[in-house]
Amino acid sequence: MSTIYIDKELCKGCAVCVSFCPLKLINMSDHDVNASGYAIAEMNSDSCTACAICAMMCPDSAITVVKEDKK
Amino acid sequence: MSVVYKKSKMLTNVPLNYCPGCTHGIVHKLVAETLEEINAEGNVIGIAPVGCAVFAYDFFNCDMQQVAHGRAPACATGIKRCNPDKIVFAYQGDGDIASIGTAEIVHAAARGENFTVVFINNAIYGMTGGQMAPTTLVGQKTTTSPFGRGKMQGNPIKLTEMLATLDGPSYLARVSVSDPANVRKAKKAIKKAFENQVNGKGFSMVEVLSTCPTNWHMTPVQALDFVKNEMTKVFPLGVYKDC
Ligand SMILES: Cc1ncc(C[n+]2csc(CCOP(=O)(O)OP(=O)(O)O)c2C)c(N)n1
Ligand code: SF4
Ligand code: SF4
Ligand code: SF4
Repeated sequence: MSTIYIDKELCKGCAVCVSFCPLKLINMSDHDVNASGYAIAEMNSDSCTACAICAMMCPDSAITVVKEDKK
Repeated sequence: MSVVYKKSKMLTNVPLNYCPGCTHGIVHKLVAETLEEINAEGNVIGIAPVGCAVFAYDFFNCDMQQVAHGRAPACATGIKRCNPDKIVFAYQGDGDIASIGTAEIVHAAARGENFTVVFINNAIYGMTGGQMAPTTLVGQKTTTSPFGRGKMQGNPIKLTEMLATLDGPSYLARVSVSDPANVRKAKKAIKKAFENQVNGKGFSMVEVLSTCPTNWHMTPVQALDFVKNEMTKVFPLGVYKDC
């Protein structure tokens, strides 16, 4: 399954990834904050296409994208 | 599983100190990825400006020199002339490059110095708390143009167009990072500006229309829309010189 990993401590909760994911798979957490006090972005789906748009737009390079290899 | 996107190794592990959603971070990534792609690791000297990017020396994984306000092109000239085999780049904000450092950038461009300039145009003085910049839009409110930039403050300076009148520069482009398609274009322009240096073509500068959500008093996403819908009207995107 393709997915993204968000580095919680690098995320500043800017919501840019939330806005640009074409499938709207990312949301801002309503309960989780990091050590700096930012409410962080969370991945909440298993339908990621690994398009990497969220990662490209993340100013803090907090997102790593992994793609499932073709069988 | 294969990793299709991760933080560039030409950036250090130090978290960026920019405000949430500030596009200085996107441009840092594009420069870092470019340096990685042209195999410049271990062979780069960057110049950090005065402005919010003053700590860029902590963020780029290469040798860095921090310089006095506006003097990056003068310092880059010295460094590149003494180290012609190194890749040298200056990273400058609009206040740095188009206000206090106007003389340095104009003359470095006129001389056709063989280094690369990344110019962040966010239409404001970010670091000092949101004063008017040379690139502030007419009507834009800042702490020093509280009623909007008007007759008293004059008109925005279009540095890229100005430099395009000179014979010295090899490549001058204006790009934006307001959305994924424009980020891809910005990356291409930045890469070209570095490849030109490798090929000894002389002075290259990429102006990047960028955001300052904090001092524009906007959310990061609203600020990206402002770049796309308002800034590009005053600062049209495109290649202004390529030879
Ligand atoms: C000689 C000198 N004059 C003035 C300042 C104050 N100062 C610090 S940053 C800055 C402007 C920053 O604006 P910009 O270059 O647009 O960068 P940004 O912070 O927006 O990225 C000024 C005027 C200074 N540090 N040194
Ligand atoms: S990689 Fe693409 S599909 Fe997956 S979360 Fe990011 S933007 Fe959405
Ligand atoms: S774009 Fe990056 S910093 Fe902003 S919310 Fe998403 S993961 Fe966090
Ligand atoms: S003040 Fe503006 S330019 Fe400086 S880091 Fe914050 S958002 Fe970015």
